[in-house]
Amino acid sequence: MAEAMGFFTDTTVCIGCKACEVACKEWNQLPAENGGIRELSGDSYDNTRRLDGIHWRHVRFIEQFKGPYDGRWLMMSDVCKHCVQAGCLEVCPTGAIIRTEFDTVVIQSDVCNGCRACIAACPFGVIDINPVSGTAQKCTLCYDRLKVGLEPACSKACPTDSIQFGTIAELRPRAQKRVDQLKAQGVEAHLYGADPTGPLGGLNSFYLLVDKDEVYGLPHKPQLPSRNLTKSAGFSVLSAGVLGVLALVGLRKRRMDQVGGSGGSN
Amino acid sequence: MPPDTFFSGAPHWTWFIVPYFYVGGLAGGAYFLAALLEWFGQPDDRPVIRTGYRVAAWGAIVSGVLLTIDLGRPLRFWHMLFQSANLPAIMFKPWSPISFGAWAILLFGLFAVLSALGSAAEEGRLQAPLLRAVGSVVRGGVAKLVAAVGGLLGFFVAGYTGVLLSVTNRPIWSDSPWLGALFVASGASTGAAALILLAPARGATTRSLEWLSSFDSKALVVELVVLAIFIGSLGAVNRAWLSVWGLLLLVGVVWLGILAPLRLHMQGRPLAGAAKLVLLGGFLLRLATMLASEGIDRYRVAAGM
Repeated sequence: MAEAMGFFTDTTVCIGCKACEVACKEWNQLPAENGGIRELSGDSYDNTRRLDGIHWRHVRFIEQFKGPYDGRWLMMSDVCKHCVQAGCLEVCPTGAIIRTEFDTVVIQSDVCNGCRACIAACPFGVIDINPVSGTAQKCTLCYDRLKVGLEPACSKACPTDSIQFGTIAELRPRAQKRVDQLKAQGVEAHLYGADPTGPLGGLNSFYLLVDKDEVYGLPHKPQLPSRNLTKSAGFSVLSAGVLGVLALVGLRKRRMDQVGGSGGSN
Repeated sequence: MPPDTFFSGAPHWTWFIVPYFYVGGLAGGAYFLAALLEWFGQPDDRPVIRTGYRVAAWGAIVSGVLLTIDLGRPLRFWHMLFQSANLPAIMFKPWSPISFGAWAILLFGLFAVLSALGSAAEEGRLQAPLLRAVGSVVRGGVAKLVAAVGGLLGFFVAGYTGVLLSVTNRPIWSDSPWLGALFVASGASTGAAALILLAPARGATTRSLEWLSSFDSKALVVELVVLAIFIGSLGAVNRAWLSVWGLLLLVGVVWLGILAPLRLHMQGRPLAGAAKLVLLGGFLLRLATMLASEGIDRYRVAAGM
């Protein structure tokens, strides 16, 4: 197996140019939304708004303004996290979602039947249906480019190196160094998803953030969907058992009443 | 800050999946009751048993159709059963409810159809020689054996849909492990209600119907208790019910679907009225539970909307 590959996204140097979104769309030949006639969000300069089946990259604009001269912009190029323990891969009933030799998570479009279990399983809201293919789709971390030794289209296009591509072993210390540098400058920065002992065994696409995780639309402690499986199945069996016993007790009572009734009439 | 489940995306399980969850639960509950009567009932319960098998068979068929047409690529439905690139290898993930559910609904359908053929043969209603031959085999001990396996599968089909919802990262669904238990109870109550409504046309006796009514009351009490535990277990997530779906849960499910029919059962009023309310409540339970979560979109939360 090749080395684990991924992205380190330093949100402090993102300028919101959306070159990554465009590069992703071009390389992966993703269709335009609504035949190319886009609706404006109306309440933000961000008109993409979310990741979905035809937006595998999304530059999130977080507009923190108390007044016209008091505020800041946070920008984050969001993408599939390529979780080390992936919820989508766990629930996929067709085997369409696979882990590649680069430790990334890829949906095989020719196998997926569009059941959408992976959409509900992803804690980050990354996956959605591509209306053209009718299948669930998301970032492949440019699996086709990786296989021929090329860098993913988005990080290649990023003009500020906010999106950095490389081996996870190389990216993690580099990210920590950047956090230390920012902290030395008095900026409260932290890494999201870089800890291999953290939630989901770490994320192969991890981030440097300067505000709370939730501000960036990221769950603080993402979990696997299977956390509920044993309990939920157990309570269902318990409920079925109680109902079965109640039904049998009712049948027995009916028989006893019948025996009692026929005994009384004799 | 919102709970972590609020950042996931909605799977758009709506107008085919809500009826599927309802019909699947009802069919599973009806078969389970028919199977119990097959084993422990009396000869005058046969009309109810036959109705139960028939409801289950049609319910399983309708469920399969609803599930298939809801897929983004319906012609690939078999990818859930076999490995498409490695035929004829089986595709089965025991830790994925949607995977074992696909197998369960297939097997349940098979057993329900076998039982229905057996009961139709018993009534002499089968004309086609092949169906008559199959139906005539499913009698006596074979019928009981089929009913035992099918009954367990029936309860499984009724409950796995709730487990499936819990094994996601969606708000409400995955914030409690009690949805499976709730759907099992609802499947039992709606299954009994369907039999109360349909079995009289096949000659069900008053004694059978009284037992069904008595069981339905107990199932409704279990459903109410589990619903209360489910709501209690949601904690802070309960604010998601501050919508039209919460109102529907309170008025449509608790009041119309559980308390009102319970009162009718206790008063010994005509059974059909209570049964119709139970069927309505069971549907509204699926509708409210599904759409309350479906309506929460992650970007609205992230944007503070």
